[in-house]
Amino acid sequence: MPTPRVLVLRAPGTNCDFETAFAFDSCGARSERMHLFRLLEQPARLDEFQILCIPGGFSYGDDVGAGAIFGGQLEYRLGDALHRFLISDRLVLGICNGFQVLMRAGILPDGPENWPRRAATLPGATLTWNDNGRYTAKWVRMRTAGSSSVFLKGIDDIYLPMAHGEGKIAIRDEQVLARWHDRRQIALQYLPEDNPNGSIADIAGLCDPSGRVLGLMPHPERHIFSTQHPHWTRNRPTTDEGAGLKLFRNAVEYFG
Amino acid sequence: MMLLEIEIQPAARLPDREGARVQALCQALGGTSIAVVRAARSFLIEGDLTPAAIDQIATGFLADTVVETCEVRVLHGAGAASIAAATAPTSQPLLNVLYKPGVTDNVADSVRRELIERGHAVKAVRTCQKYWFNADATEADLKRAATKVLANDAIQQVVWGTLELETLSLGSDYDFRLVSVALGAMGDDRLQQLSRQGQLYLNLAEMQTIQRHFASLGRDPTDVELETIAQTWSEHCSHKTLRGRVKYSDGQQEIQFENLLKETVFAATAEIHRRLGADDWCVSVFQDNAGVVTFDAAQHVCMKVETHNHPSALEPYGGANTGLGGVIRDPMGTGLGAKPICNTDVFCFAPPDLPFERLPAGVLHPRVIAKGVVSGVRDYGNRMGIPTVNGAIFFDERYLGNPLVYCGNVAMLPVGMEKKQVSPGELIVAVGGRTGRDGIHGATFSSAELTHESENLSGGAVQIGNAITEKMVEDVLLQARDLGLYTAITDCGAGGFSSAVGEMGAETGAEVWLDKAPLKYSGLSYTEIWISEAQERMVLAVPPARWDEFEQLCRSEGVEATAIGRFTDTRQLVLNYQGTEVGRLSMEFLHDGRPPVVRDAVYQAPPVRELVLPHRTRYNDDLVKILGSLNVCSKEWVIRQYDHEVQGGSVVKPLVGLANDGPSDAAVVRPDLKSQRGLVVSNGMNPRYGDLDPYWMAASAIDEAVRNGVAVGADPDRIAILDNFCWGNTDRPETLGSLVRAALGCRDVAIAYGTPFISGKDSLNNEFSHVDQQGQKQTVAIPPSLLISALGQIDDVRRAITMDLKEAGNLLFLVGVTRDELGGSHYALVNGLDGGTAPIVDLELAPILFRAVHLAIDAGLVRSCHDLSEGGLAVALAEMCFAGGLGAEVSLQALKADSGLDDDAVLLFSESNTRFLVEVPVAAGSEFQELLDGLLVTPLGTVVASETLVVLGNDGQTAVIESSWARLKQAWQQPLDWS
Repeated sequence: MPTPRVLVLRAPGTNCDFETAFAFDSCGARSERMHLFRLLEQPARLDEFQILCIPGGFSYGDDVGAGAIFGGQLEYRLGDALHRFLISDRLVLGICNGFQVLMRAGILPDGPENWPRRAATLPGATLTWNDNGRYTAKWVRMRTAGSSSVFLKGIDDIYLPMAHGEGKIAIRDEQVLARWHDRRQIALQYLPEDNPNGSIADIAGLCDPSGRVLGLMPHPERHIFSTQHPHWTRNRPTTDEGAGLKLFRNAVEYFG
Repeated sequence: MMLLEIEIQPAARLPDREGARVQALCQALGGTSIAVVRAARSFLIEGDLTPAAIDQIATGFLADTVVETCEVRVLHGAGAASIAAATAPTSQPLLNVLYKPGVTDNVADSVRRELIERGHAVKAVRTCQKYWFNADATEADLKRAATKVLANDAIQQVVWGTLELETLSLGSDYDFRLVSVALGAMGDDRLQQLSRQGQLYLNLAEMQTIQRHFASLGRDPTDVELETIAQTWSEHCSHKTLRGRVKYSDGQQEIQFENLLKETVFAATAEIHRRLGADDWCVSVFQDNAGVVTFDAAQHVCMKVETHNHPSALEPYGGANTGLGGVIRDPMGTGLGAKPICNTDVFCFAPPDLPFERLPAGVLHPRVIAKGVVSGVRDYGNRMGIPTVNGAIFFDERYLGNPLVYCGNVAMLPVGMEKKQVSPGELIVAVGGRTGRDGIHGATFSSAELTHESENLSGGAVQIGNAITEKMVEDVLLQARDLGLYTAITDCGAGGFSSAVGEMGAETGAEVWLDKAPLKYSGLSYTEIWISEAQERMVLAVPPARWDEFEQLCRSEGVEATAIGRFTDTRQLVLNYQGTEVGRLSMEFLHDGRPPVVRDAVYQAPPVRELVLPHRTRYNDDLVKILGSLNVCSKEWVIRQYDHEVQGGSVVKPLVGLANDGPSDAAVVRPDLKSQRGLVVSNGMNPRYGDLDPYWMAASAIDEAVRNGVAVGADPDRIAILDNFCWGNTDRPETLGSLVRAALGCRDVAIAYGTPFISGKDSLNNEFSHVDQQGQKQTVAIPPSLLISALGQIDDVRRAITMDLKEAGNLLFLVGVTRDELGGSHYALVNGLDGGTAPIVDLELAPILFRAVHLAIDAGLVRSCHDLSEGGLAVALAEMCFAGGLGAEVSLQALKADSGLDDDAVLLFSESNTRFLVEVPVAAGSEFQELLDGLLVTPLGTVVASETLVVLGNDGQTAVIESSWARLKQAWQQPLDWS
């Protein structure tokens, strides 16, 4: 079984790091929860890992905007180390706040192509406030959209919980969407009736063109056990495993 | 140095949600002339910045340019002309809302730190919310919007029109001057006056005791000494009423309590301990910051529930925010520090549809309070990454001026970490937030205009929390705990350093260097530093040999740790400021010197009036009304704003069933993802019964909390409970009498059920006075409000069940005894009926029944189970149907025979305790009935694959309820659907 090393990078306010590391470890990975400040002291430590995961939470309290400050730290202070990471054959996963961080930093949607970001370019897309204007927690049904994402291999549809205030994908112009379509970057879509936030094209997750970087708003690490499924007492499960675990297993097996 | 404003608005093509939200709220509160509201957020930044830097800050950091536009203007200093895009003058009234100087502004602090980190020369940052209104909005409506909707005078200031500001700087130097109080010469009148005006809130006997103490020392006290004593002896810190002497009489008995709590609530725990002997599973009760019981071989579990009522009445968001933040610090400060794993919250509000005209002066509208409180809890719990898994909301007009906000936290403590021990020589270390004027009594709220250079910083009793600071503290403390870097820990709650250090050093002694405490801004006096209740602070005892390692660990994650003194062996509390001694108190006098409080308590049962039931043949409308009543109806609007699944332990969620929207009885959480052992969290409360009899109200609350837990699978032999008494002014013997009667109920039922109390709290004086329109002073006391929180356990979470119906064909049974108990019921409420008696509890039968139901659930015989509470059998049936998306066909005929009651209204709506509605597969039916042999199990009918709930009356023929469950669900979901 492959045993890739996973860096679960936490910052002030990150709060899903334990269960995310647990999900990776359940699939055979060796994860380390490391504080951003420690990585800033020694950026070269990033080279020790095959997978970088930015878990959910409220990094820096979502002050200014979700992911804005953590994303800025990646962009301004870890640019070189992250460049090395992104251009080599490694994986990056951002969940919820982690997705927001990757978007704010400019690592998504285009991965290493546009990293570090050229100063003059303004982002073409963002994660902004849900249409209902509130933090909302509920389970949502999604389907994969034929992307090249390593994490979603073999997954057609999936049921996961979302819990966020700023998870609506908004774009600067229609060309952005067309480009994502062309480059198979739309990784996950809510079923239209389950779209919880008004996200354009029901997008729940995006990957870079290589398929090695994935960001998604719902939480796969909260559905790694069958007893986390909201209906598990209705249809008694035959396994202890939940559907979200597959994402983590895919990432681990990529290094097999 | 320049001062600029960066104003950010939604891009033109996008909706302005904040503007729409505010407009809707203004309308809802009667501001009918407010037709249009446009909103923007802005940042005020003071510093030396080039135009390029300003552009980078505005468009590259603060504004999200995909969805927002921004505008920069210079308010003061050079460069105005070159950058400022003058705002077109407008006839639309503009309102700016800013935090008062000195009030925590988390976003501004983050922005300032980040800009400095990015190399910008920034000195200060403040945030501002801006609102433009339609030009023809009336002045009265605008004023009301400003003061009742948009800004809260306790923490915010409003500025109409363009901001005119020169600087953001605040604070000034503090010139040290030792203040002593000439107590010795004071007569009784002066002592009382000092107590009142100095906001010491001590009674005369206490003031005289202090006077005599200092006379015996031959000196006067300093101000800080008086404050320290007042805090330590306060009701809030010492619970002197409930731990004091009480003489109680109720016409049938007279009881003389030496310590009311010890002889009622604690006595139950002691009796259970005696009975269980070596099998007692309580670890630490009523001594640490939270109650601790055993969980498994590796971990104990602890829980604490607190209230934050008065702050939430003044500033609902900040009050609830810091209420939850405070109770999370309790387990963090229990033993050597526990890891929080879930939160609970219970609120009591006035009905949200109260006409604005009926709002007394100085009271926020219940809808504003409710929304603020929910947001406050949401933002603290979610940000801390602690799931909020269980709660309740009660509505009663008497909560109008005095809402109740109960917040609870459950946390895990490794076995062996349950004890703390301070040793002389160890450092007193403050960790976390800085100290400011927050929460200092008597601090005058600043009325400074924005142009003001006042040193009167705001603060006062109302605060804003910073959950991220607390999360950072939690992260480092759990690491430091496991490295053994400290020997004791407690939270800084009410009373600040004074209370924390005073308690930790009670057995040793302590010397504090007040000038070492890190401050939010300059200008605090030594007394302010000592008594400030600034949030997110913990106090630890760190051996000098471990200090460097501890400090370095904190620093590595951006947490501030400061040694502010050391523990001694003198049993004296010594306070120094810049090398001068400003206070010296003996620990003995501080902790044991208070004269005992002696109170009278009288209970007189209200006369029993007969409850006359209207005669009906059909109860559809009653059922719809009860389902749509505020206490029963769906709380989904609130629940969906809470993260209830972070940490990955969720097993039974607050909302369950086919469409994830049925009302769960309790939450099941797995604290350790490697184990299948689980915790079950539930609560019980019914203030309506308290109006009839506080004893049976307490009994019913315990019964409800326990049966909620048992309904999802908790083992009734492993349920610990917590009490929270919120009462009116207990100086009145009859108010204290009703509390004593409730406490007696707590004692008797806890002993009978074997459910030990492990922690508790009281909040007395929950009354609100105002002058009515006739100029008369009116005082409204809250109803007696006892919350019982239950912390249960389940061996294997895979055997948990939920309340939604599962499968057509299954049998439905009612378990438990139905009596004619409609006093205080919701059937009486929706029909406007008075009288009757509160439901009782059968102390012998109930624990046997709980065990039997648990055995059946544990054996896998039960597919769904729901407890019967408000609205009785009819409501439970309806909820199970619509949660499961299935119909039911039920007859009351057998229940008539089993209960001996022949009134369908009683059979449908009685709120008798200790009852469950249970769904059992046909194949398991006889085994189920055998298991519960000898207990009252009444077959009611079956689950059917239909759209309808049909209940035949006790004649077995007439349909007394026949309704589509979809219609019932709609009635249940509609009232508080505020989305």
